[in-house]
Amino acid sequence: MMRTLLTVFRKEVLDNVRDRRTLASALIMGPLFGPLLFAFVINLSIERSLDDAERVIDLPVIGQEHAPNLLRYLESRNIDVVDGPADRDAALDAVSAGEHDVVLVIPEEFAEQFIDSVPARVEVIADQSNSQADRQARRVRGALRAYSQELASIRLTARGVSPLALRPLNIDDVDMSTPSGRSAMLLGMMSYFFIFALLMGGMYLAIDTTAGERERGSLEPLLALPVTRNQLLLGKLAATCVFMALSLALSLGSFFVALKFMPLDELGMTPNFGPVTVGAAFLVLAPFILLGAAVMTLVASFTKSYREAQTWLSVVLLAPTLPILIVSILTLRPRLEFMFVPSLSQHLLLVDMVKNEPLDPLHVAISAGSTLLLGGLLTWICARLYRREGLLG
Amino acid sequence: MIKVEGIHKSFGKVHAVRGVSFEAPDGKITGLLGPNGAGKSTTLRVLYTVLRPDQGHASIDGADVVTQSLDARRRIGALPHGAGLYPHLTARENVAYYARLCGIDAASIEERVDDIIGLLEIGDFADRRSKGFSQGQRTKVALARSLVHDPQNIILDEPSNGLDVMATRSLRDLILKLKDDGRCVLFSSHVMQEVAALCDDICIIANGRVAIDDSADGIRQRTGCDDLEDAFVKAIRRVPPA
Repeated sequence: MMRTLLTVFRKEVLDNVRDRRTLASALIMGPLFGPLLFAFVINLSIERSLDDAERVIDLPVIGQEHAPNLLRYLESRNIDVVDGPADRDAALDAVSAGEHDVVLVIPEEFAEQFIDSVPARVEVIADQSNSQADRQARRVRGALRAYSQELASIRLTARGVSPLALRPLNIDDVDMSTPSGRSAMLLGMMSYFFIFALLMGGMYLAIDTTAGERERGSLEPLLALPVTRNQLLLGKLAATCVFMALSLALSLGSFFVALKFMPLDELGMTPNFGPVTVGAAFLVLAPFILLGAAVMTLVASFTKSYREAQTWLSVVLLAPTLPILIVSILTLRPRLEFMFVPSLSQHLLLVDMVKNEPLDPLHVAISAGSTLLLGGLLTWICARLYRREGLLG
Repeated sequence: MIKVEGIHKSFGKVHAVRGVSFEAPDGKITGLLGPNGAGKSTTLRVLYTVLRPDQGHASIDGADVVTQSLDARRRIGALPHGAGLYPHLTARENVAYYARLCGIDAASIEERVDDIIGLLEIGDFADRRSKGFSQGQRTKVALARSLVHDPQNIILDEPSNGLDVMATRSLRDLILKLKDDGRCVLFSSHVMQEVAALCDDICIIANGRVAIDDSADGIRQRTGCDDLEDAFVKAIRRVPPA
């Protein structure tokens, strides 16, 4: 029994290793897809957050002579005032043509209104559908609002009224999230990348077990050999699992490396993703390997061709996101019953690990136990289906 | 020795095999002849145990194909129709894989694979990956693979399909060699001449039934036709339509 199983296993591994294109897509695309996408998203958000606060922006201003104090205030807020278009109409054209992102217009009557203490009008011209322009406009508006508030305080003080009268409420945010906790939100999507890579690693072998062998015409002679179909199926499933484990390990490894190069502390995040967590994450995700291999083999066994199997399995690749997505949208906290749901339980445990929170051993046991049990059940169904005549197509 | 007794097989509403019986003895070549769709492949698939008969029995050297299927398979070398190889493995690896699966002990596998490669004259391309093989090369390797465990009974489903003259010729030589070794060879074909040239016994099947089962001379005599092709046509016309 073991010898036959091992023979099938070794042949499948050799066959898969020799198929370079398939191997590359399984072991490179899967594990790298996550970290690359992740790095891209992180870098984008870091760039944006830097943009908002520190970068000096140029602001074309029309009618600079009407409000020298306001301009000085803007300069103090990292907004450089530059000469703008000739008049308001030219400014409108320039903004819609995209020559300027934001133009500030200070009308002639500004000084008069200002002195009379009636609301003095200024115009911020920007295309708000352009997110880059909108960000700049928001900074300009923010600076103007701050200036306005400062003036209001001065005016009230001059009239003998405490400026505090304008602030009936004093709102303080107390942020209880830890840096690791904040990372968990963003790193939450990481668990899906791992499951994705894990499934990708075994997809081709899972198809090959039935649809692939059949299409090549190698299934029938194989089944005519003096071996039981269970041995064939289990050998193939074992090979599938090994490649899935390899893909998972590579994926965890590439994330570990990628995170070192991401300036996450600039975003106030310090994910707990050291070598120990990587190892623990592998163990937490490992039970999903058998389940994934069995599901993919099962789905592929119903298809008529390799191509059809690929189509169906791409649906299987998405299925594990569903519970993760639902819980994320409803922002449900980890509960005991969630641990019975494969992919969700692994996701929740992983998030806790990244947050550096202690894992409940009962949760870990239920997650592993239920996932393995379901995997075993599906393997049994696969084996039953491998015995039916319809397998030959 | 292969024995088939009244087997039936249906696929949904299609009653593909309706009570086929024949015997293929050791040391003889038995041909299963019939037009396309006659039920030849289905009969052979029952014999190499990938299909279960709905009715009837079949046995290989006494081992029932349903109740003792593993035993039966041990005694068969089967070449299914259009058998494919593993394209990323070399011809030798393809053969060795089957040798291991058949339980040949590790020490003698290499020797056995070398022997069979010699027997089928595939040494020239034995160490090339089978991806780009011609139909003839593929068939030879597939045949080598199914003979690697030295089976007493050999079942070949349309083995000469797609082969050129030279390849057909060497296949014929091999089949004769197997017969001289005292093995039971059963093969299917829809080519009259091929069967006539090789077979000791011919079982003509049409519409899932046996039309006639005899030696070439016997068939000529019983149909009253001197030409085997005429005899074939006459025999299958006598079978009631499906």
